[in-house]
Amino acid sequence: MKVLVAVKRVVDYNVKVRVKADNSGVDLANVKMSMNPFCEIAVEEAVRLKEKGVATEIVVVSIGPTTAQEQLRTALALGADRAILVESTEDLTSLAVAKLLKAVVDKEQPQLVILGKQAIDSDNNQTGQMLAALTGYGQGTFASKVEVAGDTVAVTREIDGGAQTVSLKLPAIVTTDLRLNEPRYASLPNIMKAKKKPLEVLTPDALGVSTASTNKTLKVEAPAARSAGIKVKSVAELVEKLKNEAKVI
Amino acid sequence: MTILVIAEHDGKALAPATLNTVAAAAKIGGDINVLVAGQGVGAVAEAAGAIAGVAKVLVADNAAYAHQLPENVAPLVAELGKGYSHILAAATSNGKNILPRVAAQLDVDQISEIVSVESADTFKRPIYAGNAIATVQSTAPVKVITVRATGFDPVAAQGGSAVVEAVTAVHDAGTSSFVGEELAKSDRPELTAAKIVVSGGRGMQNGDNFKHLYALADKLGAAVGASRAAVDAGFVPNDMQVGQTGKIVAPQLYIAVGISGAIQHLAGMKDSKVIVAINKDEEAPIFQVADYGLVADLFEAVPELEKLV
Repeated sequence: MKVLVAVKRVVDYNVKVRVKADNSGVDLANVKMSMNPFCEIAVEEAVRLKEKGVATEIVVVSIGPTTAQEQLRTALALGADRAILVESTEDLTSLAVAKLLKAVVDKEQPQLVILGKQAIDSDNNQTGQMLAALTGYGQGTFASKVEVAGDTVAVTREIDGGAQTVSLKLPAIVTTDLRLNEPRYASLPNIMKAKKKPLEVLTPDALGVSTASTNKTLKVEAPAARSAGIKVKSVAELVEKLKNEAKVI
Repeated sequence: MTILVIAEHDGKALAPATLNTVAAAAKIGGDINVLVAGQGVGAVAEAAGAIAGVAKVLVADNAAYAHQLPENVAPLVAELGKGYSHILAAATSNGKNILPRVAAQLDVDQISEIVSVESADTFKRPIYAGNAIATVQSTAPVKVITVRATGFDPVAAQGGSAVVEAVTAVHDAGTSSFVGEELAKSDRPELTAAKIVVSGGRGMQNGDNFKHLYALADKLGAAVGASRAAVDAGFVPNDMQVGQTGKIVAPQLYIAVGISGAIQHLAGMKDSKVIVAINKDEEAPIFQVADYGLVADLFEAVPELEKLV
């Protein structure tokens, strides 16, 4: 079966971001960009499904600027077969991205779509669920285990109280949580090979999708800083402070 | 304006996060209705009707809504929600699972995890793991919003006398089914609702050593959490994880033990009222957010702390 994996180019998770002085957003100039960590897990899961003989072809798709080709090449080096970039320089909302992915799903007809549960920049946690709504497919969000059997997929999900398992008819949408797998590193020969794999570039216009939004970001500010505390010298002093100064125990 | 709040529950009891979500609805202003979708949810509906400030409770009690499968619940919420100005749900694993599906069905953008209400159409929410706060305005005819519970003080669970109305609409997409669940059992308070949280990190060295934290927590009436490092190392299960991708907590007192203070952990606890850090590495970033820092070996400090509190 064909598996579609969506990946997003985001600021690297090790970067401490700074808010721009004019409060229009965060400063991304000269900042290291990487594949969103949850998307890496999505790519890894697809590659493992292919290694198990469940998946026959892995198509990786990204919606973003020209530079997102870097992340697509990374996914190709990790084991995806071909890539699609839907090129847009706009700051798209999750709904717009889901609509573009829906158009790609219509074109590619995958049996399984795997996405990260959230991107570490916008922290929205929406796109997979929205794509499931637009396609009418079942959704297995926050997955910690994915097992395809015949025309269904069993997804174990991380939920607030523990874990829940649901069975979904294929085609279906899965979003990854942290403990689904540990992504591999791309080997140098595979990085070289990835340069020759096909990468198609599309546009929202070509897909006939409107990316209009009902959300508008008015400003972005730095969070209120916590004032620095004190170091106590002993457990006894700590207990005294908690009882008499902070009055929390 | 009329606001629809989706009740958070496990089929048997109303979850406290619902009270924080109703509080956010009250800040927006207007009539507040609560939807209880599930199977055999009479008790939940009764509890929802008692919430202060709730005008009406809609009860969709049907086998299709058991376990709140999003494929079935989202179409119900979208259908009912069309007549409302806002649809709100707690940013729990359920709310996060269902609400974006509702938003897409209504063809509107969602605003995730708001921490404050600026006006009926403008909200603040953290982005980049809480390293920036965005102010977002929605022009959607129905504003679809998840609410971070720690941003809003809960309304009273009692004092309301809402009208209870049955909803007969049944949506059964037939694309998904519930197989089973494994829920952690604990006599301690729930992490997101506890007044005191004691959390352990990689410094705990193994799962067995968490017994020191359990003993301290039981003395304090606290919940026990963990950093992602401790969960990834297999010390404790994932439902104990506090952080950007785990649970967001804001207790009166947060005691971080053997936790270095990675950005993604701070995102889950830095709104706590008082933060205590116990770590033998005095350079650990957790000390930058701690009100009281103790540089010590946790295996000596925690048992001593347990004796003294």
